[in-house]
Amino acid sequence: MLKGNLVAAAIVFAFAGPALAQDDELKKIQAEIQQMKETYERRIEALEKRLAEAEKKAGKAEQTAANAETAATSATNRTGENAFNPAVSLVLQGTYARTSQDPNTFHITGFVPSGGEVGPPKRSFGLGETELALAANIDPYFRGVAITSLAPDGGADVEEAYFQTLALPSGFTFKGGRFFSGIGYQNEQHQHAWDFQDAPLPYKAFLGNQLKQDGVQLKWIAPTDLLVELGAEFSAGDQFPGSDRNKNGIGGSAIFGHIGGDVGSSYAWRTGLSYLKTSPRNRSYEDTNSSGSAVTNSFSGDAKLWVADAILKWAPNGNSTITNFKLQGEYFRFKQNGQLTYDDTAGSALFGSLTDSFDSRQSGWYLQGVYQFVPQWRLGYRYDRLNFGTVINGIVLNGLGPTGADFPLLANHGPSRNTLMFDWSLTEFSRFRLQLAADKSRPGGTDNQVLVQYIHSLGAHGAHKF
Amino acid sequence: MLSWLRCGVVLTGLLAAQPVFAALNVLACEPEWGALTKELGGDKVNIYVATNALQDPHHIEARPSLIAHARSADLVVCTGAELEIGWMPLVQTQSGNPKIQQGQRGYFEASRYVVKLEVPQRVDRAQGDIHPGGNPHIHLSPYNVEKVAAALAERMSQIDGADAAYFQTRTKSFLDRWRQAISRWEKEAAPLKGMPIVVYHKNFSYFISWLGMREVGELEPKPGLPPTTAHLRDLLAQLAKTPAKAVVRAAYNDPRAVEWLSEQAKIPGVTLPFTVGGTDAAKDLFSLYDDTLSRLLAVSK
Repeated sequence: MLKGNLVAAAIVFAFAGPALAQDDELKKIQAEIQQMKETYERRIEALEKRLAEAEKKAGKAEQTAANAETAATSATNRTGENAFNPAVSLVLQGTYARTSQDPNTFHITGFVPSGGEVGPPKRSFGLGETELALAANIDPYFRGVAITSLAPDGGADVEEAYFQTLALPSGFTFKGGRFFSGIGYQNEQHQHAWDFQDAPLPYKAFLGNQLKQDGVQLKWIAPTDLLVELGAEFSAGDQFPGSDRNKNGIGGSAIFGHIGGDVGSSYAWRTGLSYLKTSPRNRSYEDTNSSGSAVTNSFSGDAKLWVADAILKWAPNGNSTITNFKLQGEYFRFKQNGQLTYDDTAGSALFGSLTDSFDSRQSGWYLQGVYQFVPQWRLGYRYDRLNFGTVINGIVLNGLGPTGADFPLLANHGPSRNTLMFDWSLTEFSRFRLQLAADKSRPGGTDNQVLVQYIHSLGAHGAHKF
Repeated sequence: MLSWLRCGVVLTGLLAAQPVFAALNVLACEPEWGALTKELGGDKVNIYVATNALQDPHHIEARPSLIAHARSADLVVCTGAELEIGWMPLVQTQSGNPKIQQGQRGYFEASRYVVKLEVPQRVDRAQGDIHPGGNPHIHLSPYNVEKVAAALAERMSQIDGADAAYFQTRTKSFLDRWRQAISRWEKEAAPLKGMPIVVYHKNFSYFISWLGMREVGELEPKPGLPPTTAHLRDLLAQLAKTPAKAVVRAAYNDPRAVEWLSEQAKIPGVTLPFTVGGTDAAKDLFSLYDDTLSRLLAVSK
């Protein structure tokens, strides 16, 4: 339109040309042209304004399109029947081990065998447990978690499989199924999250590495700025120190309380007390008596465990990426009283089957420190020990049959261990570890252990548990 | 056993009897959202900020104090976009607080209200610690803050209807001041347009994109991995050919690699507050932007 007008003006001007001899006419035409010029300038200005507005609108439309695109990209993977897939993660582990004593004959002398796989890993190359975890919210009210560990020689073990409430009011959470008990500090952590390849001696001796509960847990968090957490668990109590009882009702119960908080921005801490009570029935273990014959010992009675735990973490201004330090310790008191049955009928049948009272009070503790001195590199040291305490074995005391030498696994011994750890984590998903240990779990001398371990996790991002 | 339980019940009663204040309890995941909530909520909100400016928001643990504060929170204000993936889900499930669970009104994710940059085409950890939802460090674009402020004010009003009018008034006042500040910042920042910089981590992308600066390299070889000597040498060689004006890090990033590169490449190393509290001058959202701009303008010549 604008172009057309300009052309028209030019044509008018050209045809009018010859007639412009007179001055006033020239002036008139000049004035007209001036007027036309002004009109066009105004029009151009208006058009420019409109164009700018249109551009602005287009920009907004582009932005809206971009928004829609982002929404579309994030939504593309969320359709179809796999849209509700749970978070899946897998942990790969393996070791290379060198031990000066035979790992197959490992036991903690002076303490009733706890049934767990508490010995060092097999010599040479060995595959650790492969852990597969699935977790998702079930509905607005529950969350479900299943963690299975695949053993290197086949078979799968359900480590945890539980539901947990999300909607209970007033700080309560309820858990049901199989779960790691909330007692102590390290018990709730999975093995790949430990700072050393294996559990501290008291965990090995009193809980068979780690207490899994088949049962229910109720936990309450107080409405305070200081963390106050109280919990109670009721279970079948069929894992050491309990046993499968084939009885109705509750086989084991535990209560625990934890408090924790921050000191400034550089320190965070948590400490607590826990109590576990179970009533094992015919909880048995194999031993060899003084004449080399096989014996089955079984215990029925009560087993009680107290645990005091504390952890302190330090990082400058709470920024743990460059350097940080972690100090962790737990103290255990373990008490059993009931009846012990000595049975060699399957072996030499020298004494046959004898039953008498059995009481023990034993304890143990560990203290460990782990220091990240530069990003990716950590150094750790752990000292753990068990105190034999007092063991009153009625069968030995009445002097009519077997002597102390016929219970070699319960011989008076105070196991201890020094462990040094050095690990390197390129990212938070991969870790290589060197662990050196001087283990005096057996009275025959020190077992010197050298371990190289890898722990890699893939899939869903792991949780940064305190 | 029974006496223990009884003891527990008594203790429970005592603790539950603590006075509860009428204000809205807010747990802010990062200092910028704490500061924004303060702007909008004034003295009708109690704010606890989970992290400080010297902490890497990716690497936080679900420590006891966070669980305790999450327990009583009416509203949790986080970035989202998987920034808090390592700790917030755990804090939520451990808190025993139904109000702040995923999908509930009491859980606010700021990144949902903005267009995210650097959304990866492929999601694979071989690319480093990437965020499938895009770059989560959204608060350094003032337009993003504006959008989040509006959404947050609405959410706060939904939860605490009694104070809704108060929140709306404060929000209007904040947005007026914020928009004025944006035009001032955009004028002041004119010399930064096209300025090439090297960053430690991709946590300034929104700022760079806002002012039309150019990011020409990162100290991290892949997102989330600490700088390696080999990567720094490559970067140095690259800078010899195409120079940059500054090497930039957030207050929480490791200073050593920045110092090394700055010395070798003879370009200034700049520490930016990144969030509220990252420098002494960055006391609130306004001074965070003021300080960031003045630090960059100082090296832009």
